[in-house]
Amino acid sequence: MPEVKKIATRDSYGNALAELGREHDNLVVLDADLAAATKTGVFKKEFPDRHIDCGIAECNMMGIAAGIASTGKVPFASSFAMFAAGRAFEQVRNSIGYPHLNVKIGATHAGISVGEDGATHQCNEDIALMRTIPGMTIINPADDVEAKAAVRAAYEMEGPVYLRFGRLAVPVINDRPDYKFEVGKGVLLREGTDVTIVATGLCVGASLEAAEKLAAEGISAEVINIHTIKPLDTELIVNSAKKTGKVVTAEEHSVIGGLGSAVCDCLCENAPTPVCKIGVYDVFGESGPAAKLLEKYGLDAQGIYEKVKGFVK
Amino acid sequence: MENLELQKTANEVRKGIVTAVHAAKAGHPGGSLSAADVFTYLYFEEMNIDPKDPKKADRDRFVLSKGHTAPGLYSTLANRGFFPVEDLKTLRHIGSHLQGHPCLQHTPGIDMSSGSLGQGISAAVGMAMSAKLSNDSYRVYTLLGDGEIQEGQVWEAAMFAGHRKLDNLVVIVDNNGLQIDGKIDDVCSPYPIDEKLKAFNFHVINVENGNDFDALRAAFQEARETKGMPTALVLKTVKGKGVSYMENQAGWHGKAPNDEEYAIAMEELEKAGEALCQK
Repeated sequence: MPEVKKIATRDSYGNALAELGREHDNLVVLDADLAAATKTGVFKKEFPDRHIDCGIAECNMMGIAAGIASTGKVPFASSFAMFAAGRAFEQVRNSIGYPHLNVKIGATHAGISVGEDGATHQCNEDIALMRTIPGMTIINPADDVEAKAAVRAAYEMEGPVYLRFGRLAVPVINDRPDYKFEVGKGVLLREGTDVTIVATGLCVGASLEAAEKLAAEGISAEVINIHTIKPLDTELIVNSAKKTGKVVTAEEHSVIGGLGSAVCDCLCENAPTPVCKIGVYDVFGESGPAAKLLEKYGLDAQGIYEKVKGFVK
Repeated sequence: MENLELQKTANEVRKGIVTAVHAAKAGHPGGSLSAADVFTYLYFEEMNIDPKDPKKADRDRFVLSKGHTAPGLYSTLANRGFFPVEDLKTLRHIGSHLQGHPCLQHTPGIDMSSGSLGQGISAAVGMAMSAKLSNDSYRVYTLLGDGEIQEGQVWEAAMFAGHRKLDNLVVIVDNNGLQIDGKIDDVCSPYPIDEKLKAFNFHVINVENGNDFDALRAAFQEARETKGMPTALVLKTVKGKGVSYMENQAGWHGKAPNDEEYAIAMEELEKAGEALCQK
């Protein structure tokens, strides 16, 4: 088997911005002294006049983005998830969400795969926070292909969007000619009959691997990629839950308020089904290499495989 | 518009404020009344706006960063013709377009939702930055409370505006000296306001009487002529201005007059209006 290409979705973000910048003069990128890390530096190099560094002041950056959006331009406000969704939550709610302004929030370094920086910078709460804001679209792409498509889709749609990217290079799993990205539409990646794994972000690739291992042991797992957590593709999830009768959710996020909670909200209303949530179990992260952390917190293929196996038994 | 006409208009704006807050049985009359004159100057003299085309692209923008004084802005917009003055009586009622704090999506003439203190100035800075990016000539104005500038975000925004030399931006501080818990210098003093803003690379104009139209005219003229840096106007004003029992009383920051108090306020404002007509 050939070596799988790995790219961090934060790189996809920077590259997609530069590409879109060439097509659209009204696209403006904001950053808060993290251009090298969020990869908006790629855009800055090509379009220095349209790259606005706000300094280390994320709350003000969100307000500036709101003001810019109100004049018809399309700002992408970029920072780490911790600061974009966490520190600036109230600015995002009141200055962007409430007036429903056309601001795109590019949040990189989400989840524990931030790695060595440790718990202060590992944001496992951002999806939960953003889900509570009326009218906010939340997209958590699984790989490079999806991340680039998501940035484009975010630009093309009207209204606030929270885009969630990672620091860690992850396998490219969507590099196929028929790949199509549609906001709010989940992707059925693998059909199965015993259990449904609903995954998002870097857990999608890991879930596909896990499904392969499960198959070797006679467990048929269906794998669904939910890149858009809000609005959720309820139809796809409900239909699959009705078919398999068991649902596992997998995300690099707290099990409180993220994809798992969104899926539970959906199923308890539409098709009550036993659900097993895989995610960060109400604890802070810690320093360490990203791959080791994913392993320790059970978010890699092996961890997902074990959890699903135990749940299906 | 001549000063006398502006004074008459401001008096009508004050009537609208008192009427709206009385009808709502809630709201913020004190800071609305202290700013009634600067609201009037902005919408009847200074800004390029069109009540018939509230969203026109080249309009000047205004952000009420001290969003709780929405009654002052609403009354000004109504008197300017953005919507009927009668609407003021629906302030804070269910279904009304006049929300407790300004809402971009509901009310004609509102350029930004605001009310969570410290946030409006950032949006105003964003608008001014946007104009610079595309060489648009519109100007941006934002009004802050003197208590509001205790919010750290105000200084993040000020630092950015000074750094970017946004000379199309005018930051106005309504320095009425009072906030909910009392005098601003007793609660957590923001003084010296002018020196702080100067240190953030603003051209600062201290307006000794921010309720006087000659002083406002001179200050806004100087702001227009200022190039290469944003301007800040620090307006010394009287909280509750125009209603005797509300003047300089922190207690009238966020309280509605009862029927009796309302009658007294309206009588005072009627008399003030008549006196202006005698001039």
